[in-house]
Formats: sequence, C-alpha cells, structure tokens
Amino acid sequence: MELARAFSTMAADLPAIFSMIVVSVVGLVMLTVAAFRSDHPSIPWLGVAGMVVASAWELFQLGTEPGTAFFGAIRVGGYAAFINLLVLLAGIATTILSVPYLHRLKHDYGEVYALLMYATVGMILLGSSNSMVSIFVGLETMSVCLYVLAGLIREDEGAVEAALKYFLLGAFSTGFFLYGIALMYGATGTMYLPAMAQADLATAGGTLLFWAGVALFLIGFLFKVSAAPFHMWTPDVYQGSPTPLTGYMSTASKAAAFGSLILVLYYALPAERWTLVLAVVAVITMVVGNVMALSQANVKRMLAYSSIAHAGYILVALAAGTEAAFAGALFYLLVYTVMNIGAFGVMALLEWDGREGRVQTLDSLAGIGTDRPVLGVTMVVFMFSLTGFPPFGGFFGKYAVFAPAVDAGLTWLVLIGVLMSAVSGYYYLRVVYVFWMQDRDDVVDARQASLGGLPPVSRTSQGVLVVCAVGLVAMAFFSGGLIEAATGFFDASAMAAAGGGG
Amino acid sequence: MDSELLVRLILLLPLFGAVVNGLGPLFVEQMRTREGWIGTLGTAVVVVPFALTAYLFATFDGTPVVVDFFTWMEAGDLSLQFSYLVDELSLIMTLVVTGVGGVIHLYSTGYMHGDSGYWRFFAYLNLFIFAMLNLVLANNLPVLFLGWEGVGLCSYLLIGFWYTDLSNSAAANKAFIVNRIGDFAFLMAMFLLFSQLGSLDFDVLLAEGPQLSQDVLNWTVLLLFIGATGKSAQIPLFVWLPDAMAGPTPVSALIHAATMVTSGLYLLARMSELVLAAEIVMAVIAIVGALTAIMAATIAITQNDIKKVLAYSTVSQLGYMFMAAGVGAFFVSIFHVLTHAFFKGCLFLGSGSVIHSMEHVEHELEAEGHDVSDFDPQDMRTMGGLQQYMPSTGWTYFIATLAISGIPLLAGFFSKDEILFKAFEYGFVGGANYAWFVWGVGVITAALTAFYMARSYYLTFLGEPRWPDADTVHAHESSASMTIPLWILAGGSAVTGYLGLPAVIADGKLNWIHHYLGADYGGPVAEPSLAGHVPLALEWGLIGLSSGIAVGVFLYARSAYLATGVAFDETLSARFGGLYQTWSDTYYWDDFYDNVVVDSLINGLARRGLAPFDGRVVDGIVNGVAGAAQVGSGLLRRLQTGVVQNYALALVLGVVLVIGLMVFGG
Repeated sequence: MELARAFSTMAADLPAIFSMIVVSVVGLVMLTVAAFRSDHPSIPWLGVAGMVVASAWELFQLGTEPGTAFFGAIRVGGYAAFINLLVLLAGIATTILSVPYLHRLKHDYGEVYALLMYATVGMILLGSSNSMVSIFVGLETMSVCLYVLAGLIREDEGAVEAALKYFLLGAFSTGFFLYGIALMYGATGTMYLPAMAQADLATAGGTLLFWAGVALFLIGFLFKVSAAPFHMWTPDVYQGSPTPLTGYMSTASKAAAFGSLILVLYYALPAERWTLVLAVVAVITMVVGNVMALSQANVKRMLAYSSIAHAGYILVALAAGTEAAFAGALFYLLVYTVMNIGAFGVMALLEWDGREGRVQTLDSLAGIGTDRPVLGVTMVVFMFSLTGFPPFGGFFGKYAVFAPAVDAGLTWLVLIGVLMSAVSGYYYLRVVYVFWMQDRDDVVDARQASLGGLPPVSRTSQGVLVVCAVGLVAMAFFSGGLIEAATGFFDASAMAAAGGGG
Repeated sequence: MDSELLVRLILLLPLFGAVVNGLGPLFVEQMRTREGWIGTLGTAVVVVPFALTAYLFATFDGTPVVVDFFTWMEAGDLSLQFSYLVDELSLIMTLVVTGVGGVIHLYSTGYMHGDSGYWRFFAYLNLFIFAMLNLVLANNLPVLFLGWEGVGLCSYLLIGFWYTDLSNSAAANKAFIVNRIGDFAFLMAMFLLFSQLGSLDFDVLLAEGPQLSQDVLNWTVLLLFIGATGKSAQIPLFVWLPDAMAGPTPVSALIHAATMVTSGLYLLARMSELVLAAEIVMAVIAIVGALTAIMAATIAITQNDIKKVLAYSTVSQLGYMFMAAGVGAFFVSIFHVLTHAFFKGCLFLGSGSVIHSMEHVEHELEAEGHDVSDFDPQDMRTMGGLQQYMPSTGWTYFIATLAISGIPLLAGFFSKDEILFKAFEYGFVGGANYAWFVWGVGVITAALTAFYMARSYYLTFLGEPRWPDADTVHAHESSASMTIPLWILAGGSAVTGYLGLPAVIADGKLNWIHHYLGADYGGPVAEPSLAGHVPLALEWGLIGLSSGIAVGVFLYARSAYLATGVAFDETLSARFGGLYQTWSDTYYWDDFYDNVVVDSLINGLARRGLAPFDGRVVDGIVNGVAGAAQVGSGLLRRLQTGVVQNYALALVLGVVLVIGLMVFGG
C-alpha cells in the first residue's frame, strides 16, 4: 500500500479511537496541571469531564455496525462501544469515589488520576482489539498503570507488598502470554483474529503448536481475570490497594479482559476445543472463590474472593460459547461492574482512618447501618445483588449466563454454579446481618473501632453509590432489552462482512 | 392527543409523585415540613391523571388500546411484558381510582396537617395509586399481579402508618399475612392457566380459556376467587379489614373502601368469560358473598366504633358485589363498585372529620382538667348532636347514609336494586336455585343495612351531645380542604345511580353502564344468556318491595334511636340475647383464628412437630455443611501462604493443567 494512501486512511479512521484520544489528551493536561500543583482540586474533575465526553461518544456508537479500523488492528461498532462504555463509566465512578478517599489519606496526587486515565486507555484498546498486537499493547498499558496504583500508599507495607506481588506475578504471566502469541503466530502466520480462524493449520504449522499456543495465551487472560488457579495474587492485591482503586481493578480490568477474550473466542478460535478447559477452570474458580470467601474476616479480602467467584460464573458462559452465552456474559459484566464498584465504594467510606481497609474486620462494623443509613441500605442492595436475589440485576445476570450454558449442554457446570452461588449467600448476607442486625455495643471490635468517632461521609460519593444501587434495580427491569441489545452485537452476517484484516 | 402517551402519563405521574415525595424529604430534612409543596404535588399527580383519563374516556371509540411499555424478561415460552390495556372496564376503574383518589388526596392535605410523617403519607398514597393503576390497566395477569401485590404492600405500610403504636403494627401484619393466603391461591391460578394455555395475556386467556376442560376451569376460577376473597375481604379471609381501620382515615376511605378492596371484583369481571364457564364455582361465589353480606351487616349493628361500623358495612357491601358476580351480573358488581366508592368514601371521610373534631374535644377536656384516658374519639357513645356543630359533615354523612341504605333515587338504591333484581332474575328465568337463596339473603341484608346506617347517623349527629361538659366544650367543623371533598363525594352518592337505570324504565335502554360494559354491546364484560324476561309488573313489585323495606327500616331506626339514644342497643341486646352476643363478638372468627389456626395448628404443630425436626435434622445438615465448608476453607487457606514463590508455583501447576487439557483433552 502506498504510504500517502495509508496516511489518508488513517486520518479517516481517527473517529474510531476518539475516546482513546480524548482520554489520553486529558490525561496529559492533568499531568501538566499536576506538575505545577500536584494536589490541585480540579485535576480529578478534569478526568471525569474527559471520560464523560468519551462515554457520550461511545453511547452513540452503540448502535453502529461492526467493522475494523487502522488496517484491522482494532474493532469498531456496538460491541467495542459497549465494553468501552463500561470501562469509562467504571472510571468515572472510581474517580469520584477516590477524591474524598485519597484526600483523607493525603495521597490525592494528580498523577494518580492521570494514571487512572492511562489505565482506562489501555482497557479501551484491549476491549476493541482485533489483533494479537493490540491486545498485548492494551493489556500491558493497563497492567503497568495498575501495578503503580496498587502500591500508591507506599508508607503502608501491605500496599507495597501488594504492588510487588502483582508486578512479579503479572510479569510471569505475561511471559506465558507472549509465548502463546508467538506460537499461535507461528502456526497460522497471522496476528489478526478473523484471519487466524481461516488459517489452514495442517499446512501452516500443525495443530499441536497452535493449541499449545492457545493454552498459553488463555493463561495470560485467566491471570488477568483472576481465575483459579491463577488467582493467588488477587486477595493480597485487592486487600492492600486503596479501596476505590480495588473496585476499579476488580471491575474495569476484568470487563476489558473478558471483552477481549470473548472477541478472541468468537473470531479466532473456531473449534470447540477450549470448552473443556474453560469449563474446568470455571469449576475450580467458582469453588475456590466461594469456599475461600467463607472464612474471611476482612471485607475487602472477602470481596476479592467473591470477585474470583464471579469470574467463574462468567467463564461458565464463555465455556458455553454460543452467541446467547456471550451476550449473557456482557450483561453480567455490566451488572457485576455496577455492584462491585458499589460494594468497594461503601467499604471505602467506612474506613476509620482510610488506611485500615486492609486490617479492618467485618465485626468492627457491627450496627453501622443505623448510623450510616445510606451506606447501609446501598450495601444491602449490593450484597443481595451479588448473591443473586431478585429483583436486583445480579439475579438476572446469573440467569443470563447460566441459561445459555444449559442450552449448550453444560448442565453439570451450571449445577455447580448454582450450588456455589447458594454458598455465597452465607458470606454476603453475613455482611447485611452485621451491618443491620448486630448492635455495636455487643461487639468488642466495633466498640473499639468507633472510639475515635465515625469518619465523615462525602455526599458526592454517596450519590454515586445511590446511582449504582438504583441502577441495579433498573437493570433488573430492563434486563430483557439489554440482553437483546447485547445479542445484537453478535449479528453473524454483519460480523462476517466486517471480517478481514490488513 | 396520542393515547399511548396519555396512558404513560397516567401511570407514571403517580410514580413520579411517590418518588419525589418519598426520596426528597428522606434525604433533605428541611423538605419534610413543606406541607404545601408535598400536598400540592401529591394531589396534582392524581388529579392530572384523572383529567387525562376523562379525556381518554370522552374520546374512546370502542376499540381497546394496548400500550406496550417494554419486555421485562423472556424465559422459554414465558414472556413478561409491561403491557397495558385501555378498554371500557379499565377506563371506568381508572376514573374511579383517580377521581375518588384525587378527592381523598385533597382531603388528606387537611386531615394529615401537622403530622410529622406528612411526606411519608403522601409518598405511600401516590405509590398506592400507581400500584392500583397497574392493577386495573394491566393487559396480562403478571402485571395485574404486580399491582395486586403493590397495593397490598401500600395497604400494609399505611395501616401501620403510626407504627409506634404496636397494635397498629399488629393490624398491618394481620392484613399482610391474611392477604398472603389469597395471593397464594391467585398465583396457583396463574400457574395453572400458564401450564394449560402457555400465555397469561388477557386476549389469549379470554379467547381460549373457556375451551379448557371443565375441571381445570373450575379449579382456576375457584383459585381466582380465593385470591379475591383475600383482597376483597370475604369469608373466611375478611378478618383483616376491620383491624385495618388502625390506619389514618383517608386510607380507610381510599384503600379499604373505594379502591383496593374492590380489586377482587375487578378481577372476576375481567375474567368474566372464564367465570361464566364454571357454573359450580359461580354458586360458591354467590353464596359466599351472600353469607358475608348478612354476617357483616349483623356485626355492624353491634359496633360502637364509628369506623368499625363502616368497616363491617364495607365487608357487607363487598358481599353484595360478589352476589352479583355469582349470578353472572359482573357489570352490576362494577356498577356497585362505582356507587359504593362514592358513598362509602364520603362516609369514611365524614367519620374522619368527626374523629378530628372529637379529638379536638378531647384536648379541650384535657385542658380543663378532665381525665381523658378513657375517652375514645371514635366511640359513637360519646358523640351525639354533632349536626349543629358540623353542618357540612352532618349533611354529607346523611346523604351518603341515605344512599347506602337504598333510599329511592339515590345511588345505592339503583345499584343495590339491580343486584337484587339480577339475583331474582337468575333464579326466576335462569332457574338456578341458589339464586333464590342469594336474593332472600340480599333483601334481609338490605333491611339490616338501612338499620345500622341510620343508627350510626343518629347516634353521631343527632340527640344530645354525650361527652362530658358538653355545654361548654364544643365540637368544630373541619377546614374547607376536608369539607369540599365531602360535598363532592356526597354529590356523587346522589347522582351516580343514574348511570344504571333499571330495566323497568324504557326497557333498560337507559341503563348506560350495561350498554357500556356489556359484551352484548361490544364491551369487555360477559353476561349469561338468559331466555325470557321477568314480567314488568313483577319488576315494579320488586322495586317497591326493596324501597319499602329501605324506607320503613330507616324510619324505624330513626325513631328508635332518636327516642332512646344509645339505650336502644340494650333493648336490642335483650331482645336477641345470645344472637346479639354472637354478633358483637363478630361470630368468634377472631377467636377461631387465634385458638385453632394460630395456637393449635401453627404454634402446636410447629413446637411439637417441626421444631425438633428443624433443630436436629435441618440445623444438623446446615451446620454440618457449613462446618465442612469452613474446614475446607481452612485447608485451602494454607495454600494461600503469602509467599510469592508459592504463588508462582501454583501458577505453573495451572499452566500444566491448562496445556494438558487443551492438548490431550480435546
């Protein structure tokens, strides 16, 4: 292709990465402001404004036809817009929740919010990748930012430990990931997802090479979404990181990684060979996540295991591998993002001095619901939704991932999933019980913890939590339409038409 | 205007009011005392839908309008759609709900003035209207059921509105629990219909339902009827309604007289095609209705609490409506729902006005140093002579009393007479023997109704005032925001009867409501086809009989209570002896429930049979599982050492597993 023509095509493709451009540029502006005054109060709101503009853009892209841009490197259209919107909304909520939290810790550096922006850019790229290269670039952009954010409070040994473990194990898994990509490229001779499916394995390099590559490649993803047995880092990192940012890691990064994984499964891996792998990993993940969550005394650590368990539920849908299952997984990601950001947000507002999130026990929060009714009520909504009670989004989400799996013949897997979500009721409802039905004066921990007085609660943060809680109820009512819309992203004919790569 | 848009507005405005009135003051305390704003918004979101409904009603051309909001969820064959239906039946019900509802909202702005829960009250009331509109506008049973449960919830919240008094909370719980029994039957009916027809949309149910096998039909209609007995307070599930008077009086008027309790009748009228096909169950419906009517009427004679009289009267009038449904005259039951909404709403609001002014008397007595611990502002025995102090309340109460008693040319006369006539006709022309029984009971109940309502009016408003120091402590008329609604409703009690002129006039051609609702004239409410007519002379005779009874009994009660006052109750008690005792003990229904159902059955069975089972077997299993999980969790926890090398090792093991599965498993 002529260089001149290539440049003109790229200019025409610029709208495809509009939100990445906006978020990156605003991030640069934030860094510039931070260079003059690091704790300037306008910095986080600049970021929010940038992400709001980007989300508005993505909102209008939801209905567009699927296609590719930049010579097949990234995808455009409804599917990419959905994942990007999810990531951006999580970013907005996290930024707003972080402002009072980091201010109380005196760690409200402008660079933090800028890093959040760059992590978001990485996730957007990841969620709209159409080639192995952009997947890798997106994944690493996101991860490097998250490593730094995890260790933000560097005076705290827990935070340092979290960051180091995250980095070491992340680097380790990236090795497998890259090796997997190399093998897949070797077997098929292409980096583009749809082209990979069309490659003739027998002539190009052999099936064994390809499937071994796929296995290593999947491991990279499974690590990022903290599926067992690649989950070991998760509890330590989630417990040690600043609480609102933990919420961000547990939702946006998973949404982007799952979004990308679905694209790979849908376009690049035609055969059903991965069903068994994903099913087995889903079982291990659901069992480990739920069983381990039972005995946790720290709510953040409990939520970390719970997020492992939820990754397991989504893997059930991925194992099913039908379009309905993928659409269900997308809906589940939406519900899961809202309820998990909410749950971590509540915990962020309940830390006495902001650093105790790591060591605070659930018992020390006895009876907090009566003192902080808004937090108490929203937490009840989040916990019931995480358990999967109707009429909250969580119930319809579980239905959306489990029902297609039954249709695909994975009834045994769904049975385990349902059993495990029954187990999860124990530890989620325990939070409700402690918050509302215990009296502070009856619990030693709670009496001691409240001696210094309750922490002040920011109104904007509470507003975000109320929006999340109301959203969960609304999602329950609109679940039918949302799932239908998500199914529309997989319109086979339109996808095929948009297939090829550079 | 676009009727879809109108339906959306009609439904969503009350919801909007509930959200704003509920959430705003909940979070911003300064808003709680803004009674003007809250009351205006609360009333406007009901009155505006009334105006919109009136417009829909005026422009309705006879073709039902279906409005689909959105699909809630789809699972297999089941598709739950928020879909609403505007036809003659739902229009009439919507007019009643928003019209009478709007008047009662206006009244509440005066009645609840100064209450610390003013905002909460209006939020609940608006939410109730929203739920009730869902119920009457639904186009399928699930949405109707949502509304059905929604009104139940609001009823619960409002009965226990002054929840700091434990007896109010108990009354709210009673209403909620008793209603669950009916709701269970309703759900069963829905499951049965869905399993047979695969759909719960009204058009499918009404088109294909009558072709179901007779057994299925009988069971379905019976279950629907049991559902209706819960919500509409019929034997044996009526016990919650008298207790529900613990709520504020506007609630009693709106929910427990005019709207919610009539939803059972609406359900039967909506399902009239199915009900007509189950003749045995129709007999059950008619007989249960008749028995409820006479039982509640006799109890009402013995009650001294002004609201309790009205509560039992409501149960009795609901019995009348079921009688009509049981003889296939569904449009007449809706007619009675309509007239009853006006006169019973008026009576309840009047009683609220009386209670307000008696509370005022109580406060003045207390200020003068009287011991008021025994003073009950709802007890008619301490009232008397209120007509001179509260002319508006007195006159409107009098008009509504005449109307409910069936005094000719007022609303109750026309609707009640139509019920009695239809029962008579069903026996005379249709040949159903139970209809004779129903008719006889209905006539006796009509006499009882005239008696207890006259008693309630004369004890309350005429005679000498019976509270202490009556010559210095006076009662006062309520504010205009309360008397204007009374006059509106009294006006309705006088004229709404002319919507359904009896068959003797112009051969029934002027019976507007029949022509509007009846299936023979293109409406949604089915009717049995009867061959032949009741002779004209006989019809006039029946009308004469019931007018004579109503007027005669009313005059008898008037002279008795004007002459001897409260003492006449003792004369009655002496004359009827044990029978009177049974009435005043409400036929021992509450004792029956307390002793047999709650104590023996539930407590006894639970304590002796289920508690050990629960304690040993169920708890054993649960604790065992929990213990095993905890042990497993502890074991797994040892793997989580915190040492990063071990984590990496686990990761490598995982890699081996995944590669193994991928390469050898496929």
